[in-house]
Amino acid sequence: MIKRILTGVAGVGIVAGMGFLWYAWWPAIPKIAPVQPGQFSAEKIERGRIVAAESYCVECHTRQDNGGGPMLAGDYKMETPFGDIFSSNITPDPETGIGNWSEAALRRALQYGVSRDGSHLLPAFVYDHFTKMSDEDISDLYAWIMTRPAVHMTRRPNGFPLSISPRITLASWKLMFFTPGRYKPDPNHNAEWNRGAYLAEGAAHCGACHTPRNLAGAEKLPGQEYDGGVVDGWIAPPLNQNNPTPVVWTEDELYQYLRNGVAPLHGPAGGPMSPVAHDFLATVPESDVHAIAYYFADKAHAAERVSGDKAALEHAMADSKKDLVGFSTDPDARLYQGACGACHYNAAPAPVLGRPELALNNALWLKEPTNLYLVMLRGLTAKEGQSGVAMPSFYNALNDKDMARIAAYLRRTRTTLPPWTDLEKKAADARKLVEPPVNSSH
Amino acid sequence: MIKFKLNGRDVSLDVPEDTPLLWALRDDLGLTGTKFGCGVGQCGACTVHVGGRATRSCVTPISAIEGADVTTIEGLDPEGRHPLQEAWQEIQVPQCGYCQSGQIMQAASLLRDYPDPTDEDIDGVMGGSLCRCMTYIRIRKAIKEAAAAMKSAKTEGDHSNG
Repeated sequence: MIKRILTGVAGVGIVAGMGFLWYAWWPAIPKIAPVQPGQFSAEKIERGRIVAAESYCVECHTRQDNGGGPMLAGDYKMETPFGDIFSSNITPDPETGIGNWSEAALRRALQYGVSRDGSHLLPAFVYDHFTKMSDEDISDLYAWIMTRPAVHMTRRPNGFPLSISPRITLASWKLMFFTPGRYKPDPNHNAEWNRGAYLAEGAAHCGACHTPRNLAGAEKLPGQEYDGGVVDGWIAPPLNQNNPTPVVWTEDELYQYLRNGVAPLHGPAGGPMSPVAHDFLATVPESDVHAIAYYFADKAHAAERVSGDKAALEHAMADSKKDLVGFSTDPDARLYQGACGACHYNAAPAPVLGRPELALNNALWLKEPTNLYLVMLRGLTAKEGQSGVAMPSFYNALNDKDMARIAAYLRRTRTTLPPWTDLEKKAADARKLVEPPVNSSH
Repeated sequence: MIKFKLNGRDVSLDVPEDTPLLWALRDDLGLTGTKFGCGVGQCGACTVHVGGRATRSCVTPISAIEGADVTTIEGLDPEGRHPLQEAWQEIQVPQCGYCQSGQIMQAASLLRDYPDPTDEDIDGVMGGSLCRCMTYIRIRKAIKEAAAAMKSAKTEGDHSNG
């Protein structure tokens, strides 16, 4: 009897193992001769440009450190909890890029996370989102990529220790965390919502930064969708009803933020979000950006929560004046007044564009002061956030103690939330994340 | 090489990226109307406009203003006759005068946001611009006079256009 059970277990194990190997194994797709750029119509290439912009391909496939690199030639350094990894060259160079990839090979990479040669791709290439992209969009994207300049360039080796065979490790990861499949329209919602969902969940891969990840680096789904995550040291705020700002992100606020890099009430986009607006979503059809805004306003139940906005705005406008108007002996307030008040003071009825209202800003309402600190330290260039306007860098102007005092003061006077803890240490930690150039007056 | 617009002219500068805008203006471009006060963005003497907004140039790295429009006190008005400058002279606002270009640039930005500023608006926006000579009362008066002058100029303009 026992022997029979053991045989049975072994049998199931063998079948499962063989099944897994079958799952893990993908054939190579034959190389193709270089594609003639003339074979694609201008309209198809333009559609592909839009798909690429909505997927931010250039952002993660173009080197930014070491003085930058050629567009799409890869070697973009991505810091992960598992080590630094470097993105692939996806220019049409046949040797170091994807010049010998067929459209089918690109489609399989995006929808199944498998390279042309049959190996599994690292999930830093977010195929858990790209799998939702339609064949048509990928076909257009292929036309755009194959008509970009070919660049002969290899990336730096990944500092990513895969102890067992990469094929087995990555196939196991996919088995646990990856569900391939195209986007399926939700019949309970209208066409605009579905367009927004298709883009946000697929190409635009919003959840890659705005959904927290588990120890294996996979998005915590289902359960914590859009609860907020961390990217490049910045907090990517929640995009659902857990977003803490006192006025809600309405469709209009979201649209302006995504399109122009600044929302009238919520302020400018900083850090890794700034290029999403300026380099990409500013260049695509307005209707697509509206659709994404529409989708997220619905996800966060903005329509049901917006009734509180009037009172919240009035409250914030009153808070904005605190200690800036009249006499104050609070030394923290004086520090704030000297360094920040001239630009961040606002009067009723609403903030002036270009005077980001801190009482309404995510940076004060998040669980940690990280984003507030990073903006204080780095400032914002004229290309980031609100175009043409710069925020100075206080890297050399405020020490960790000063920053901690301003952070504590703002949290205490401009929000209703409990104080942040260990502020000075967190200021020092944030400082370590900031790289020059910052001003060098001192 | 950093490129930007300075008082309406195109400028390219070959300086290290972390050079404060203030240093570039004074040492490389010879515009010494903008003053060095504290160097840590706490006094307002170095205030210029970037994209029309008052910005402390001592803590703004030059790399941050690539492609932007910068205006200094020299470019606020082609003839030095911005309503604030006129009011400043009429009321004899400055005593030592060191902070005045920063005060005027900050006030010009205030009047753009709040054309008819209340005392609170003036306190809120001008509170970061220090004057060691304590001419604050005259500064406040000049801002209100300039606001009135700009308002009547606008009304006259509207009438003549209408």
